Amino acid sequence: MPPMPGKTLYDKIWDAHVVAEQDGETILYIDLHLIHEVTTPQAFAGLRANHRPVRRPDRTLAVADHNVPTEGQGRGVDAVADDEARLQLQTLERNVQDYGIEFFPMGDVRNGIVHVVGPEQGRTQPGMTIVCGDSHTSTHGAFGALAHGIGTSEVEHVLATQTLRQQKAKNLRVLIEGTPAPGVGAKDFALAVIAAIGTAGGAGYVIEYAGSAVRALSMEGRMTLCNLTIEAGARAGLVAPDATTFDYLQGRPAAPKGGAWEMALPYWRTFFSDPEAVFDREVRIDAAAIAPLVTWGTSPEDVIPVTGLVPDPADFASPDKRASAERALEYMGLRAGQPIAGAAVDVVFIGSCTNSRLEDLRTAAAIAQGRQVAPGVRAMVVPGSGLVKAQAEAEGLDEVFKAAGFDWREPGCSMCLGMNPDRLAPGERCASTSNRNFEGRQGRGGRTHLMSPAMAAAAALAGRIADVREFLR
Amino acid sequence: MQPFTRLDAKLAPLPLANIDTDQIIPKQFLKTVEREGLAKGLFYDLRFDADGREKPDFVLNRPEYKGAGVLVAGDNFGCGSSREHAPWALMDFGIRCVISSSFADIFYSNCFQNGLLPVVLKPDQVQQLMAEAKGGNHLVTVDLEAQTIVAPSGETFRFEIDPTRKEKMLQGLDAIGETLQAAGAIDVYEMKQALAQPWLEGA
Repeated sequence: MPPMPGKTLYDKIWDAHVVAEQDGETILYIDLHLIHEVTTPQAFAGLRANHRPVRRPDRTLAVADHNVPTEGQGRGVDAVADDEARLQLQTLERNVQDYGIEFFPMGDVRNGIVHVVGPEQGRTQPGMTIVCGDSHTSTHGAFGALAHGIGTSEVEHVLATQTLRQQKAKNLRVLIEGTPAPGVGAKDFALAVIAAIGTAGGAGYVIEYAGSAVRALSMEGRMTLCNLTIEAGARAGLVAPDATTFDYLQGRPAAPKGGAWEMALPYWRTFFSDPEAVFDREVRIDAAAIAPLVTWGTSPEDVIPVTGLVPDPADFASPDKRASAERALEYMGLRAGQPIAGAAVDVVFIGSCTNSRLEDLRTAAAIAQGRQVAPGVRAMVVPGSGLVKAQAEAEGLDEVFKAAGFDWREPGCSMCLGMNPDRLAPGERCASTSNRNFEGRQGRGGRTHLMSPAMAAAAALAGRIADVREFLR
Repeated sequence: MQPFTRLDAKLAPLPLANIDTDQIIPKQFLKTVEREGLAKGLFYDLRFDADGREKPDFVLNRPEYKGAGVLVAGDNFGCGSSREHAPWALMDFGIRCVISSSFADIFYSNCFQNGLLPVVLKPDQVQQLMAEAKGGNHLVTVDLEAQTIVAPSGETFRFEIDPTRKEKMLQGLDAIGETLQAAGAIDVYEMKQALAQPWLEGA
């Protein structure tokens, strides 16, 4: 008999959650279902229409994040000015009440962006399966949990059955080795991965991030890396849990305590890729070779070093990529061959499920400390949750930002997708720590450049896209 | 879910790569609590100018493509957010099939929840269909049972599709009802998990 091939981390989590095989699909158990106001109303309506209960309200957690305003949250949902947003928020409140689901309402200190809240509360744990009607659910993979976004029909399916019908993806390992230069971090790693494999490169795969540079990342850094997995086309990204993971989890409200912790730990430690496991594809990236990165176009794969030049559409291989690049340059108001550094920015946004955690705010504040936002630039910091905001305030980061001229806001998804009043006006150029530079994403006609929190802070001070290495102390 | 079997319809070309779900249905249309009525937001920024007037040169606004039921687009169609509003909007507009050389994973899954058929063809076949659709003859036949597209020129392209997904789309099956037939297996799984991972209970 041939030796048993090793299992990947993804294989192990998958195998541990198979409920049944039915008609060529696997019914996979879901340990945690995170929900929010935008992608659930039609799912609950479907349950009602079919008289179906929520199978595991205790495995479901609700937040209000996508369209909440980032000021005046204490006035409550009924005071939200936007009629449609208010109706969605009220609909969520009614649904969680009717079905007995735990909910952190707008204004509650525990509320915030769903992908910040889950880990912060200790609900996200290694070896779990986690889904949410939001593509950036990949964030939770940082804990060695299989986590991905689903559509509303699947939200309804999980509410009704606590399972998903799935077909297994392939395994892709991204090895990031070496020590990054000062000013380079997890966001740059993620953009480097997307640049290397393209926005469709990960389609059909689950990515496991490994290598010394990944091991050296904090949980916040790993979350940033896994968060952007979907922009590389893969639904889920994973990092094997280790001491960094367990240290982060211990003592969090929903993490196991006492004897339960002692039981959980050896179980969690089984979640790693066996040395003899075979990956369908492997990509290697040298962390030391990564410069601070920035996007020039309207796809997250349009990445160049901050020292680089805007590319020429004529250099793209396929006709539709050429057409897209030409369109992107026109939309972004850039010329082929122009240095990206020096492009004047109107707005700076530090926030989103990609980069709104404490470490992100600390990094940006370290750049902003004692300096001033350039005249005419509107710079805002939106913490990822009420707890991040409170901790940042306890450390005085809010004072650093405010003294420098940044607007210090209340938590939510905010200008990452502009469903609330935080939006770009047509033609405005924004240095943004978010995850998508799509046309119109941050507001119709808005021009988004994705970058790290340190780079965004540097752009705010310089009033233009700038190399953060000139601002390091 | 609406079943999909066979469709004779006009083909509209959208020759851009990476058409993301923000372009398919911008955020302001996501604040609905309904599934219906999203056609008005489909490709909103491409279809309408800043004053809400139709852009006459956008493909779906041109008279020869009015009522198109099939879209052929560039690589990585549907990338970005998981919003199911994207297939809902396409369906509400009357599009029942999208052809591309590749689709983003979540969008692709969402299509199968709604009876919107995503067809993957080779890049040169996609280019040929776009060229033919631009030429003035726009009728295609999509046959899911046979797994074929008959181009305006009469040439037939065969496409691959997962047999399970194909069967469900042909019949328009309700996934939840089907899974609930395995409720016993879910009960057993939960009992085993409660014993092996008691810390997950009562979280």
